[in-house]
Amino acid sequence: MKRIQNIGLVIFLIGLSLFTGTIFTGSFHLSPSALDAFIIEKDYQNEIIETELTKAIVTDNPLTIFEFSDRVRHAYEVANTHYDSLIAQYDAEKNWDKKGEQYLYKIYGKPHTLSFDLAKIAGKGYVKAYTGLMWMLTFGLGILGSLLFILPDLILLGKAGIKNDGIYLEASTNRGWIAWLVLIYLVSFYLLLYFMPDYVVNWTFIVDPISLFLNGSLASQWFLYGFLYCMIMVVMALRMYIKYRDNKYQVMRTTSVLFFQIVFAFLIPEIMTSLNMPGYDFKNAFPLDYDFFFDWNLDDLRNSGSIGLFILIWGIVLTSVIVPVMVYFFGKRWYCSWVCGCGGLAETLGDPYRQHSDKSLQAWKLERWLIHSVLIFSLVMTLVTLYCYFTGMPSFLGIHSQWIKDSYSFLIGAWFAGVIGTGFYPIFGNRIWCRFGCPLAAYMGIVQRFKSRFRITTNGGQCISCGNCSTYCEQGIDVRAYAQKGENIVRSSCVGCGICSAVCPRGVLKLENGPEKGRINPTDILLGNNIDLIQLVNKREK
Amino acid sequence: MKHIVIIGNGISGVTAARHIRKNSKNQITLVSGEAPYFFSRTALMYVYMGHMEFKHTQPYENWFWSKNKINLKQGFVNRIDTDNNCIIFEDNTSISYDQLVIASGSKTNKFGWPGQDSKGVMGLYHKQDLEQLEQFAPNNQVCKRAVIVGGGLIGIELAEMLRSRNIPVTFLVREKSFWNVVLPDQESEMINRHIKEHHVDLRLSTQLREIKSNDSGQVISIIIEETGEEIFCDVVGLTAGVSPNIDFVKDSNIVTGRGIKVNRFLETNISNIYAIGDCAEQQEPMGERKAIEAVWYTGRMMGETLAQTICNHRTAYHPGHWFNSAKFFDIEYQTYGWVWAKPKENEARFYWEHKNGKMCIHLNYDKNTHEFIGINNFGMRMRHAFFDKVLTKKKSVTYVLTHISDANFDPEFYKKYASEIVSKFNRENNTSIQLKKKSWKRIFSEA
Ligand SMILES: Cc1cc2nc3c(=O)[nH]c(=O)nc-3n(C[C@H](O)[C@H](O)[C@H](O)COP(=O)(O)OP(=O)(O)OC[C@H]3O[C@@H](n4cnc5c(N)ncnc54)[C@H](O)[C@@H]3O)c2cc1C
Ligand code: SF4
Ligand code: SF4
Repeated sequence: MKRIQNIGLVIFLIGLSLFTGTIFTGSFHLSPSALDAFIIEKDYQNEIIETELTKAIVTDNPLTIFEFSDRVRHAYEVANTHYDSLIAQYDAEKNWDKKGEQYLYKIYGKPHTLSFDLAKIAGKGYVKAYTGLMWMLTFGLGILGSLLFILPDLILLGKAGIKNDGIYLEASTNRGWIAWLVLIYLVSFYLLLYFMPDYVVNWTFIVDPISLFLNGSLASQWFLYGFLYCMIMVVMALRMYIKYRDNKYQVMRTTSVLFFQIVFAFLIPEIMTSLNMPGYDFKNAFPLDYDFFFDWNLDDLRNSGSIGLFILIWGIVLTSVIVPVMVYFFGKRWYCSWVCGCGGLAETLGDPYRQHSDKSLQAWKLERWLIHSVLIFSLVMTLVTLYCYFTGMPSFLGIHSQWIKDSYSFLIGAWFAGVIGTGFYPIFGNRIWCRFGCPLAAYMGIVQRFKSRFRITTNGGQCISCGNCSTYCEQGIDVRAYAQKGENIVRSSCVGCGICSAVCPRGVLKLENGPEKGRINPTDILLGNNIDLIQLVNKREK
Repeated sequence: MKHIVIIGNGISGVTAARHIRKNSKNQITLVSGEAPYFFSRTALMYVYMGHMEFKHTQPYENWFWSKNKINLKQGFVNRIDTDNNCIIFEDNTSISYDQLVIASGSKTNKFGWPGQDSKGVMGLYHKQDLEQLEQFAPNNQVCKRAVIVGGGLIGIELAEMLRSRNIPVTFLVREKSFWNVVLPDQESEMINRHIKEHHVDLRLSTQLREIKSNDSGQVISIIIEETGEEIFCDVVGLTAGVSPNIDFVKDSNIVTGRGIKVNRFLETNISNIYAIGDCAEQQEPMGERKAIEAVWYTGRMMGETLAQTICNHRTAYHPGHWFNSAKFFDIEYQTYGWVWAKPKENEARFYWEHKNGKMCIHLNYDKNTHEFIGINNFGMRMRHAFFDKVLTKKKSVTYVLTHISDANFDPEFYKKYASEIVSKFNRENNTSIQLKKKSWKRIFSEA
């Protein structure tokens, strides 16, 4: 069994290496006609870009993706510099009409994105030619290896029960060198994905056929990410099923997040796109879905007829009615641990790292500052965007709409939610984003804390202060601090993953929805002691 | 302002300190010879098993103590001078007190077995025991087999710990079945099976004769009393119970028996000295309770109570209904009220076991009045508040079964066995108890 696992590990690593290695393969160059078609399709007014790009990438000389990217970005810069100098010139001449006109000729968007788009058509090579085989060698081996590694645990881990043996003894789960390597890999992955997608264009070739099948167009880096996300969740969910097979709550909620990720986040938007509708993830609620009220999205929805209108209304109702009502009845867990994609990844890929969340009071303070700041940031951004959208002004309250959208997308959307949120799993725990950053979690947390039927009931005086609950709480809640006082846990950050209850060796914790009365029950003397003393002290406290 | 000195920073001493702080401005000094900060002894096993690091067993962050003005003093107390109101440390320094609380806990029982002080022989009580275990049983190369002597709660925990590192374990149990002095036969038998399922070489009705060691004093084997069989091993775990850790009190004027003798107010014979927790022995036991109760909960309750007395609100220790819990490998156990190993004259029993053999409940009630006396539940969780109320109100077993859904404390979506349990009872007793649906209103109504 152990041998099978080792073989699995080797196969997985081969798959991973091949996958990583594909980045460096292939050759990239364009024919004049292909470039022409591209420029026409993009409808560039810029007169220089075509010459520049021709110089750069219309060549018989095959380029690597890195050279290709360099050249495209250089062309982009030259093309824009030309107009920038014209702008400066007309500015000096106070020729406002001419100056304004130049802006129309400039190219917008990220240079790496232009390079990605071009590379998509310019790429040639083994990866692109043999997508099926390459899929098998990368994704296929990765999945096969993981399964060989994970499935034997069904027997190796022994009978159903809590399976935390050795977590703090192994380099992978105890912040050892393996964990650091994983962190570096994940962070690099996100940096490439968000900021240098052209470098990983080869990866997208591998999933082109799947993308074509699902939505009729070639795979973008986001399609690749969505696909990978689903794969990883499926594989790691199998691990969850094995690890927590004694616990029905865990099995159910794992199935639920998996379903919502695959069907709602992945398949439905793809299918909608193929039907020429806006691809929309119906479960992704604002403000987690921070660009819902961005002008381009609103325009898109307005131009999409009744389905667009429906999405618009649904999005608003989801955030303003469904989310708080559900939180009232079930706690924010209905979203964070049963529906959300970020939560889904955290609960599958991130489960081996859940113990690394910081439990100190200091961390709790930081959490409250950060998460509420992000919430305010997202709301201000939305307010500015909407104001500008409806009035046509470029800014509101002195805040430039484009600037705040770009800042948020960069700082929160890419860095916080992606690079840090997932990249840092192996060292800082699996819910960094959910705990410190997610504005939707902040919003639901406020509802959960002040107006909800959800609580974790503490079972009278049964706690032995062992600390399992606190250690494995991914949200860094010091569960024991409440349990050992006989007090129910009512915390805005609790995502109701139920692990504290699962790992408690004394049956002390139960996630429940019940009447609001008696939900918060500060106690000084615990159940089991003299009843008169309990009453006396509790009265004195009041 | 008085100076309160507390010997022992376990659950009893710490609870007393916290509550004294809550209720007064007294100067508090918390003395410990074991670890600088309070940790949870019950979690030692999880450190060895790699579920946690030692720091996770500490329920309070290190700043907690100074913030609450509880002075921590590390040192081993050698002697108590009751005439001069001071305690004297190993290094001959001393601290004087106005009131002294002794909360020194327990130590591992050793029954004078030959070789019991060899290297590799250890109990499982103190932090130092854990460090020893880590040294002598880091893996199954260094420790090819371990023998555990004494079939109680700590013994089975030690077995689970060693098995987590795949170390072969032989488990010697004096009784004819595991923990059979406390557990009724059925539950005890269930745990026997479960122990074996975890590949432990369980030897029932078996005692230790002697421990053999090599020239360097390292244990090499043990001899079994009944058969003379020699079992080779590298570690011997002594888990045949604990007894009060009071050697340093013996020379003083404080009256001791097995533990430090206290009255209902937890006062010793010396007017400004008190004892709580594992080391305290009630002069007269209360009701069915033992004179020394070495469990976490009672230590905590004594601490809660004594703090009142010290803060000028003299309060008798008068614990409520008995409850306890443990975990035997994968099987959780809770108990509320009393379920004796053998039924008493007036008692009737009802036992239900799941067909998987890992789940059961055992009800104890009065034959004649049908008053509910206690429950053991294995592999399923029950609500403390429910049974506390039932016991206070002296409800009948019929009431308990009718409302057993209120009592259920298993996580959501777990399969429920209430109707199966009730119909079995009805069948056996020719009754027609009707199960009621869970009611939040009842659960929350005051006792
Ligand atoms: C492995 C294990 C598992 C357990 N599991 C459970 C369980 O699941 N449920 C349960 O109810 N109970 C359990 N217990 C029992 C429970 O831990 C004890 O009842 C409880 O810890 C006793 O608390 P205490 O404060 O009285 O004493 P202790 O926790 O023993 O604390 C006494 C402290 O005083 C210090 N001390 C003693 N003498 C001196 C001296 N002369 N000078 C300075 N310091 C001194 C000691 O070093 C120690 O730190 C378990 C015990 C063990 C060992
Ligand atoms: S308190 Fe419990 S249920 Fe809530 S997030 Fe922490 S571990 Fe999960
Ligand atoms: S895991 Fe259970 S017994 Fe341990 S500290 Fe938490 S609530 Fe208490």
